[in-house]
Amino acid sequence: MLVLENLNAHYGKSHVLHGVSVEVRAGEVVGLLGRNGVGKTTTLKAIMGLVRRTGGRITFEGRDLTGVPTHGLAALGIAWVPEERRIFRLLTVLENLRTGLDRPGLDERKRQELLEKVYRHFPVLRERRNQAGGTLSGGEQQMLAIARAMMLEPKIILLDEPTEGLMPRMVSQIREIVHALHRDGVAILLVEQNVPLTLEAAERLYIMEKGVVRHHASAAALRADQRVIHEYLGV
Amino acid sequence: MDQIVIQTINGLVNGMVLAVVASGLTLIFGIMDIVNFAHGDLMMLGAFVGATVLGITGNFWLALFVAAIVIAMLGVLLQVTTLRPLIGRDPLTTILATFGISLVLQKYALWQWGPTVRKISEPVSGQFALFHLQYPWYRVATAILAGLIIGGLWLFLKYGKYGIWIRATTQDRVMAQAMGIPVPLVHTAVFAIGSAMAAASGVLFGPFAGVTQTMGSDFTLRAFIVVVVGGMGNLGGSILAAIFVSLIEAYAALVVSPAQAVIVSFVVLVLTMLFRPTGLFVPTPK
Amino acid sequence: MTGDAPILRTAQLTVRFGGLTALNQVSLAVPPGEIRGIIGPNGAGKSTLFNCLTGVLKPASGRIVFRGEDITGLPPYAISRKAIARSYQITNILPGATVLENVRIAAQSRHHNWSLLRHYRAYTDVLDRARAVLADVGLAGKEDELAANLSHGEQRNLEIGIALATEPKLLCLDEPTAGMSVAETHGTVELVRRIARNLTILIVEHDMEVVMGLAHVITVLNYGEVLAEGTPAVIQANPRVQEVYLKT
Repeated sequence: MLVLENLNAHYGKSHVLHGVSVEVRAGEVVGLLGRNGVGKTTTLKAIMGLVRRTGGRITFEGRDLTGVPTHGLAALGIAWVPEERRIFRLLTVLENLRTGLDRPGLDERKRQELLEKVYRHFPVLRERRNQAGGTLSGGEQQMLAIARAMMLEPKIILLDEPTEGLMPRMVSQIREIVHALHRDGVAILLVEQNVPLTLEAAERLYIMEKGVVRHHASAAALRADQRVIHEYLGV
Repeated sequence: MDQIVIQTINGLVNGMVLAVVASGLTLIFGIMDIVNFAHGDLMMLGAFVGATVLGITGNFWLALFVAAIVIAMLGVLLQVTTLRPLIGRDPLTTILATFGISLVLQKYALWQWGPTVRKISEPVSGQFALFHLQYPWYRVATAILAGLIIGGLWLFLKYGKYGIWIRATTQDRVMAQAMGIPVPLVHTAVFAIGSAMAAASGVLFGPFAGVTQTMGSDFTLRAFIVVVVGGMGNLGGSILAAIFVSLIEAYAALVVSPAQAVIVSFVVLVLTMLFRPTGLFVPTPK
Repeated sequence: MTGDAPILRTAQLTVRFGGLTALNQVSLAVPPGEIRGIIGPNGAGKSTLFNCLTGVLKPASGRIVFRGEDITGLPPYAISRKAIARSYQITNILPGATVLENVRIAAQSRHHNWSLLRHYRAYTDVLDRARAVLADVGLAGKEDELAANLSHGEQRNLEIGIALATEPKLLCLDEPTAGMSVAETHGTVELVRRIARNLTILIVEHDMEVVMGLAHVITVLNYGEVLAEGTPAVIQANPRVQEVYLKT
């Protein structure tokens, strides 16, 4: 469904992606692992059109994404949950959610449905719905960022290090959400440094190093033999 | 004592008009980082268009409405043709562009309407006795109208369907795009709103001093001072700062000549930059 | 090397940002001539440590002693005079100046006798030093090129050259191979080996190959604390370190 072929990208002069090829099929959870600075976040940003693509192609459901502006991606079904969460701090929780709800083609009933669904997954958001986004704790902001993406009813969510900086209890909640999304048929491209979580949630994994994909295997294979992971992510 | 009350009212009235101008300016800056040097000239053109419509129809409110619409459209034209292509470039480029637009607009006005001062007559005539003075009702009406405009803007931003789009885009342009908000369209819309507000303030201010090609320049400068003092991009701050600066000027005019009282706003600017550069009315960042 | 008094010592260095303790009682001792690697997962405090050592941040408590002198809390320009230099993650070169000029300006900062009337070319010793540094960082043939026209890898190396030109005794390298291709990385590793002769080097890196290959001793930080310290072999064999990186 989402295919990156030989993707190259530059930050100014710095050549940060040297031919990345990744594929996510409909409904799949695919993991993207690697140490800091290898280009995982850059890959997601390249899909979102936020980084200069200097080679290769990205197609989504057969359609070439070259020339599609960033604000056109949501309508195609691509949602992004960035590493820093990027909650609209001065908007309330509900207003944050509304940035995804106020789309053409959604009647009021459907909007309420989506809102209810997200409140069921994240009861704390219902409680805090009139609070400014900036007053939420780190974990709550992460919930909100994911909920906000769910408002777009996406076909795929680009999830960037959702467990970073979270306490173990919250990490479990994230794991639950990833499962729930998967059950709903939403595909996920999960960038993470948390290996056990990714091994458990994903069906296939790519491992990146220095701007390229170095290894690609099924989660089952990697669970059985973790040496490759140690080699690329350990010390 | 009565002098002080009179000046307080004057300060508030002037402050409210300035607030409408400054709100548009700060909204534009806050959302797209454009320092709009032509803002006062949009006000000036609004006043001219208003004067013309008033001359034809004799209806002040129609003049106000038409001026706002026409200048909004002008704003859209300017933003789409001149400013949108400059996005992402060095900020100096947009400053030069808006400065250039300002010159063009002023000369256009001169060409179109000639050098004579135009009159906009007050829609609300009559005065009331304020101490030893006869104070025009119109001035009070202006303040109220300005307040309504600002109130309308605030309500729209807070509760309106597209208000959320504007506020989200102001806070995080990139994330807004990721959520499917058509940011280029939002930018154009905000520029249109800012222009319309400038035009409205031009028509409102018209009866105070007559309509000339240079009336905008005074306001642009004062509006910038207000925007900086209030905290750039901070709507509430600009409004408070506009009133604050106008009040201080009004009080200063009791002691020195009104021409000299203008210096007061510059002094406030310098002090703000020295001691609270993020703005006087901005909560201290945590 | 062992047995020498440490050229750099930190004692219980602690840095707080509001409620967050970024560095917690960090104590290190680096002997002269050593290449010390600083590694750790995201948020471990590596940049904070560098910022403290180079005077950008003031610690809440603890001391930094360099060559026997307490330099805790000194501002960055004073630290630079004490012969500590740093290269940055974001390139700080002057793009409009030539490669030689970039390095010459840095080399000049070491010389204090400035006569306003002497032409800069008269300072042959400064130019010689600049050229020597360029040779060390592999940019000798590109003296007159505009820095903006260099490739990314060459710019990062120029950055190291600028730091070198100030004749430091301690060089702090902040992720020198970030964003580099494999080939450029090898080039930089060779560069660091060449210049390490008369220098003590602290290097923060995410690239394990680079750091394991270059460092004599590695300090592992985690959540602002020293988790482990030792030779690369010792660190690689340490299960706690693996855990922290793999979050198992």
